[in-house]
Amino acid sequence: MKQLSTKVTSNGHGQDSSYFLGWEEYEKNPYDEIKNPNGMIQMGLAENQLCFDLIESWLAKNPDAASLKRKGQSIFKELALFQDYHGMPEFKKAMAEFMEEIRGNRVTFDPKKIVLAAGSTSANETLMFCLAEPGDAFLLPTPYYPGFDRDLKWRTGAEIVPIHCSSSNGFQITESALQQAYQQAHKLDLKVKGVLVTNPSNPLGTALTRRELNLLVDFITSKNIHLISDEIYSGTMFGFEQFISVMDVLKDKKLENTEVSKRVHVVYSLSKDLGLPGFRVGAIYSNDEMIVSAATKMSSFGLVSSQTQYLLSALLSDKKFTSQYLEENQKRLRSRQKRLVSGLESAGITCLRSNAGLFCWVDMRHLLDTNTFEAELDLWKKIVYNVKLNISPGSSCHCTEPGWFRVCFANMSEGTLDLALKRLKTFVESTDCGRMISRSSHERLKSLRKKTVSNWVFRVSWSDRVPDER
Amino acid sequence: MDLLSRTATCNSHGQESSYFLGWEEYEKNPYDVVKNPHGIIQMGLAENQLCFDLLESWLIQNPDAASFKRDGQSIFRELALFQDYHGLSSFKNALADFMSEIRQNRVSFDSNNLVLTAGATSANETLMFCLANPGDAFLLPTPYYPGFDRDLKWRTGVEIVPIQCSSSNGFRITKLALEEAYEQAKKLNLNVKGVLITNPSNPLGTTTTQAELNILFEFISKNKNIHLVSDEIYSGTAFSSSEFISVMEILKNNQLENNEVFNRVHIVYSLSKDLGLPGFRVGAIYSNDKDVISAATKMSSFGLVSSQTQYLLSSLLSDKKFTKNYLRENQSRLKSRQRMLVTGLEAIGIGCLKSNAGLFCWVDMRHLLSSKTFEAEMDLWKKIVYEVKLNISPGSSCHCEEPGWFRACFANMSEETLKLALKRLKKFVDNGILPRSCQVGESQSLKSSRKKTTMTTVSNWVFRLSFHDRDAEER
Repeated sequence: MKQLSTKVTSNGHGQDSSYFLGWEEYEKNPYDEIKNPNGMIQMGLAENQLCFDLIESWLAKNPDAASLKRKGQSIFKELALFQDYHGMPEFKKAMAEFMEEIRGNRVTFDPKKIVLAAGSTSANETLMFCLAEPGDAFLLPTPYYPGFDRDLKWRTGAEIVPIHCSSSNGFQITESALQQAYQQAHKLDLKVKGVLVTNPSNPLGTALTRRELNLLVDFITSKNIHLISDEIYSGTMFGFEQFISVMDVLKDKKLENTEVSKRVHVVYSLSKDLGLPGFRVGAIYSNDEMIVSAATKMSSFGLVSSQTQYLLSALLSDKKFTSQYLEENQKRLRSRQKRLVSGLESAGITCLRSNAGLFCWVDMRHLLDTNTFEAELDLWKKIVYNVKLNISPGSSCHCTEPGWFRVCFANMSEGTLDLALKRLKTFVESTDCGRMISRSSHERLKSLRKKTVSNWVFRVSWSDRVPDER
Repeated sequence: MDLLSRTATCNSHGQESSYFLGWEEYEKNPYDVVKNPHGIIQMGLAENQLCFDLLESWLIQNPDAASFKRDGQSIFRELALFQDYHGLSSFKNALADFMSEIRQNRVSFDSNNLVLTAGATSANETLMFCLANPGDAFLLPTPYYPGFDRDLKWRTGVEIVPIQCSSSNGFRITKLALEEAYEQAKKLNLNVKGVLITNPSNPLGTTTTQAELNILFEFISKNKNIHLVSDEIYSGTAFSSSEFISVMEILKNNQLENNEVFNRVHIVYSLSKDLGLPGFRVGAIYSNDKDVISAATKMSSFGLVSSQTQYLLSSLLSDKKFTKNYLRENQSRLKSRQRMLVTGLEAIGIGCLKSNAGLFCWVDMRHLLSSKTFEAEMDLWKKIVYEVKLNISPGSSCHCEEPGWFRACFANMSEETLKLALKRLKKFVDNGILPRSCQVGESQSLKSSRKKTTMTTVSNWVFRLSFHDRDAEER
């Protein structure tokens, strides 16, 4: 329709992808323990529902924060009028300190370099507006969060060129993949403005290794481009390794206050770590004053409600709370991930070995009829409609290999997770294919346990560490 | 710097305009009755601070709304997880009803046609993304809100072509001006995608008249590719509800529901002015076009309203006893505060455009200019900011085509502060740089125009100046 913009009439919002279609199916027939026990279980939503009790308990002990009071006095008027796009100073300070705490206080964040946004959806788009012209490209490792197709490209006109990662090395970013992506962009006549990574990764559930981070920093240095690190899942790191932020790497490479550090930007949000997606709290962190300045003005299009800024500045300023929360959050996520992993294993299904996130990257290649995306979609439909589990097919995440699925574990009760695993096991075992496959995958499992070095390199879930914890 | 986008490095955020510079001066030296009695009084911020007592009293009586409770039960989890870009239905229903109530239920709004956004700033930008491509143009009557230069153009690449309005007819939109703007756009090789009006107007403080609305509708009926966006953010500030005519009413009264023009008229709303809650970031787009609603809904992902805030306000606005009382009280207080400013200015020999809405007056200081130029307007403005210590907005920042007009806000301060501001202004005018002859001349011209106006009631109405028949009655 000529009357509306091309943004409206094109498909750039990306919402016809299966990622969103699975949601729609779920909406029609949602599982409820009592009202709809045969309904679809939602395993496609990366929500963190494991620690609400901690937040609710804090709210009960600190009623002023929600009631728009400070020390018993109403500050309603002050908050109602506060629309300064620089954000509430107490809130930015609390955010900066929380981000430091998540990184073991190894690096510091200056509140003046934080720009608040209405969620990381807004933060990522704003960064694109600041860094890229229509037609410029950002390189993203695959598989990646399907929402990026909308967030980074739709209204900005920027392009995404994939950095292909494969299961052969646990989907890690390699130098050759980076260079290939860069060349590909060149072939497509696209100017590369930067690389964007999600660390820890969605959908992989793995934190980037130091090797990968060094590679990235070296790459953007040599190409004179930007690096955006979306660290929205930084507080979900439950592995025994430390989370390494791109900020750690800048510090360790002594690149702080250099020209390169001005081209490294971090995106954060409270939607995953704190489980508060409804409150729309995101942030951009940049060492480049011009970007902070432009992004600040752009944040006018998506400011955080002052009511919410106030509540969360009180919450995050309580260091006793944040330290207890982060520790407990990690513990519960770790235990929930293990439950999913071992449940899948008993159905002969393995996952990429993960140490973060709210989901596992599940290997169902052995359940495909053929090694094709058509077969992946067929399998997905069976799982959605027959097994009644909404999981996300790898193709929706631009994975180059068919057969991988993202399965969330933190958005439901333990009981529901167990039920989902039971349904899946029944499905796998009920098919002839399934019976043969669980036997051979069991064999595969045994043989892989012998190769301890490749276990670590392959980052698969049946590694040395697992027998200890069993 | 090549590393940043042109969008980031260019100036179309518009924030070097005097509109924003006045704010900066104020920030450096803000008036405080106790701590800084000689500081700058902020009269450049269109905030509504007159009815917080009503809101605070409601909050005290209804503590659940802010405490994440429904009927005493915690719904924290539900709200924390609620990020559906369709919005909280209880909130959209309440907002749709509130919008109808403001229009005295002469029209009704369907919550399915409502898209929530983080403020009208976000709503307006989103609508541009939906209706126009980079390089397309929207026609806007001048003077207009300076923020539009950023909101409508910056990241969207859309252009604004002004519809020049002049004091000769009270800054009303004329058919001629509209057509001239359209021609001008064509000359500039710009594809006109729509007209955007603010009704009631910022900075004029006047409701759009039936005649103007007829002109606009005639225009878009003739040009079937052109949209009409009506930013009705100040609708609840019309001193009398019957004087505000929404574009929705035109559609209804002319039975245009089945006409294709129905899909080309869109409304923007927000709670920032009527309820005085700019910090909560609550805006909305209302459209009858399903495709626009669908696209705008997806785009709202970039600026959703916090669920915490949606819940609080759905409770507030669902309380019809509250909304009825609030709207009436708000109108009454605004009217009386505007009166205070108008009469205070009149006593200094300064006239305003006759206004019936908004949080500000459009003040005529042409007689205080040293010359009829924008340079002289800037000089006067600087004196007022730095010497009189009042931050008011110069007409040039609103793209007014005539120098000498200023927007002065009246609802963002206490009565005492307003009186002080008027006192300072009087002192400036009485002792100011103007030679006595000018002052005499000015009060004489006031007297003579009063004579003129009592004789020619038609031109009074057309000129919409504050010193006219009606004032004599109310005094």
